[in-house]
Amino acid sequence: MTVTAVHKDPKALTMTITAEFEASPERVWQLWADPRQLERWWGPPTYPATFTTHELSPGTRTEYHMTGPEGDQPHGYWDIVEVDPPRLLVFRDGFANEDGSPNEALPEGEGRVTIEAIGGGRTRMSIENRFPSTEAMEQVLAMGMEEGMKQALGQIDAILAEGPARIG
Amino acid sequence: MPVIFDHDRIFAALADPTRRDIVRRAIDGQEGVAELAEHYSMSFAAVQKHVAILERAGLVTKRRRGRRKVVHTNVGAIRIAQNLLDRYQDLWHARIDRMTEIINETSEEADR
Repeated sequence: MTVTAVHKDPKALTMTITAEFEASPERVWQLWADPRQLERWWGPPTYPATFTTHELSPGTRTEYHMTGPEGDQPHGYWDIVEVDPPRLLVFRDGFANEDGSPNEALPEGEGRVTIEAIGGGRTRMSIENRFPSTEAMEQVLAMGMEEGMKQALGQIDAILAEGPARIG
Repeated sequence: MPVIFDHDRIFAALADPTRRDIVRRAIDGQEGVAELAEHYSMSFAAVQKHVAILERAGLVTKRRRGRRKVVHTNVGAIRIAQNLLDRYQDLWHARIDRMTEIINETSEEADR
């Protein structure tokens, strides 16, 4: 199991998830920095993501869209706040209009990613997600996620059923 | 009277351990505010205040039971709050599993 801890704080409206990987911090950083890798995990299999702009430097805007089974294309953006490769990434993420401009009617969330080596060739990654309101949380979830999520979870079950992951 | 669920209120109401305990105890809907207050070392007024916050969030309702008024948990409202965070957690679980797959792929390539 790669996810090692989940902390939900309903009052602060944050959800922090911590995972460990058998890889270097630089390798884990690539999952975020390389748009081709990012789009392989950001959206569920039924809603694959396409990142059209992604530089990962402070003050830049990352633009992406997802494509649903009905051809629907929800758009989103990240405003990059802080970048310290391969240790820290802070971004505000929100929904965008079709032309990529932020949809200001919908709220922004904040993601804070910290990555650190923990020895033995392993790396710990922690993602703190902060929401301005529960409505914001709902909207994120409504963005074509649920359906695909069930499938993704099914895939995880299949992987877990194969037996314990190799250790060390 | 229909209760309008305000999610922020639900979360704020559930953030307090005493209120979470009241919600648990009131699932049966057997006790009034006075009886609930006996479980805690705080004053009746303080417990009454907690119940009022829970009521405003739609988490509990006061129902008439004969001559008494009992506090009853609205299980549906609890589920809404739990669901939101749980679903978000699932979403990230799935993402991290996909990340792991990508990393494993590249390390397998490197092993070749």
